[in-house]
Amino acid sequence: MTTVSVRQPMHRPAEEPPRRRRGRDLFQATPLTFVMLLITVVLSIFPLYYMIVVATRTNDAVATTPPKLTPGGNLGDNIGRLLSNENAAFMTGLVNSAVISLTLTVSVVFLSTLAGFAFAKLRFRGRNQLMLAILVTMMVPAQLGVVPLYMMMADLEWANHLPSVIVPFLVNGFGVFMMRQYVSQSVPDELIEAARVDGCNTFRIYWSVVLPALRPAIAVLALFTFMAQWNEFFWASLAMGDPSNPTVQISLQHLSNGYYNDYTQVFAGTLLSILPLLAVFILFGRQIIGGIMEGALKA
Amino acid sequence: MSLPTTSPTHSAELPPPSRQRHDPPFRVRISRLSRLDTKGSPYLYIAPFFIVFGIFGLYPLVRTAWVALHHWEVGADEHPFVGLDNFSKILSDSYFWNAVLNTIGIFVISTVPQLLLALVLANALNRRMRGRTLMRMGVLIPNITSVAAVAIVFSQLYSRDFGLINWVLHFFGVEPFEWQAYKWSSWIAISTMVDWRWIGYNALIYLAAMQSIPRDIYESAALDGASPRRQFWSLTVPMLKPTIIFTVIISTIGGLQLYAEPLLFNSGANAFLGGTLRQSQTVTMYLMEQFYGKFQYGDMATVAWLLFVLILIFSAVNYLITSRLESSGKRGGSK
Repeated sequence: MTTVSVRQPMHRPAEEPPRRRRGRDLFQATPLTFVMLLITVVLSIFPLYYMIVVATRTNDAVATTPPKLTPGGNLGDNIGRLLSNENAAFMTGLVNSAVISLTLTVSVVFLSTLAGFAFAKLRFRGRNQLMLAILVTMMVPAQLGVVPLYMMMADLEWANHLPSVIVPFLVNGFGVFMMRQYVSQSVPDELIEAARVDGCNTFRIYWSVVLPALRPAIAVLALFTFMAQWNEFFWASLAMGDPSNPTVQISLQHLSNGYYNDYTQVFAGTLLSILPLLAVFILFGRQIIGGIMEGALKA
Repeated sequence: MSLPTTSPTHSAELPPPSRQRHDPPFRVRISRLSRLDTKGSPYLYIAPFFIVFGIFGLYPLVRTAWVALHHWEVGADEHPFVGLDNFSKILSDSYFWNAVLNTIGIFVISTVPQLLLALVLANALNRRMRGRTLMRMGVLIPNITSVAAVAIVFSQLYSRDFGLINWVLHFFGVEPFEWQAYKWSSWIAISTMVDWRWIGYNALIYLAAMQSIPRDIYESAALDGASPRRQFWSLTVPMLKPTIIFTVIISTIGGLQLYAEPLLFNSGANAFLGGTLRQSQTVTMYLMEQFYGKFQYGDMATVAWLLFVLILIFSAVNYLITSRLESSGKRGGSK
């Protein structure tokens, strides 16, 4: 190590500068690339901008050619019509989705870290076989079991009530697997042994040693879980299909089916429905991007 | 981790649990209770997953096979065993094959451009530039938007009379037309929704893999006179092979289960038929048709199985195609 660090300063001034400059040229975006990217970003944002345009206009203004491309001042009225529309139960949908998403975020994070910790750091018989079983469960598409699951919900009288979209999803294989990977990488065995020597029981080790070390991974899992649950559509369309007690996505579905002539009301709904997601994205965008990219490397 | 095995001898001599936990002689104070803790708690911690999965995952999976073999109507008291009759009934239903055709059609015309554009986009995002983080966030925004909102906004953009897309097309001499009315146009419209939502996400996955490619490879390729385009196709793409295969499989599993986009693209109470002539009914919509229209659990379970088989076949086929393409690309690069 010392020879390297002594040598480098001596060689670098002679060799490195031209090399580095070439590297910069190679990886510097050309103006064309930059403009292409800007266009991509504009196209990515435009439909959301257009959502705002329609949500703030009157129906008459939307039904004109050429189409309006700037926001108007009718948002309050559109939201008013939306919230007083009893057939869509939009407010119920918002509250239901908030309850579902927050409950599942807490539960998935808690149960996944707990199981991930056990798989990564505790010794017990059948550990590897059980972990393998969890990996296998991740391969089976959820749609396969959807019919008996719905029959079960009907038997339990949970259909069209919140337990039907909460209880089956309290924990999943993806979360357990992700947390197992993070625990084995970021929590040294010595730390756990030291805590045990200090007299911590296993749960105390989990709570005071493992959980604090997992904070970045917990943030990513929590964000993904929240967004996935807020956006969940297929199972909710079956289990929460009753228009009087929907999730926010199902309320949007009823709106778009029944009120397609009243675009501005429907668009006010889509706008409200993505506000929590936009807030999460603006606050934690970096963590979300980091999570997707790190996950890609592990896969 | 070796402590528990040495503990019993100590615990025999030591007084019952006390608070002197920091005193060295007492630190290995493992009572029967804490042995139960080390032996039992791992099972306790993993139990929630296996209980939840067992009841709501594994059991429905097994029961799907059982239900598919019965004539099982919603609310009926008896469900006679019919063997494979449900399968032969569904497999001889031309609407089922129409749904399969739509699903595969939309899957192909959405996934191929989606992954190609994602590759190009990732290559651009991998450059040094101003506002790189903002650019990355910008291309990911579509992915965090909920699928219902996306489908509703795009359906309006594609609407016949006042939709933005028909308005833009009229400058090119295209008469306003109903995108829902034809197979090809509804497939295209639905594919653009899917692609708008997923290109940025896949680009970030490719970007992560691109960043792990050592940069000196590109420097020596540039020294050898390889153009940026040549570097992209002969270096980047072959080196991303595992990542590309991964995204192809994920897109296959997701794409063949397509549901919300085509459902919301078609309005009205019979939206799950995918239009009057079933122009855009996917297999999952066909599955739901057995529920809403007909109340047949047995048929639903049968369609679920057939969809699963379809996903397995396509995952295998796409895996083979992707591996082929990639290795021929590599060969082209070494010429």
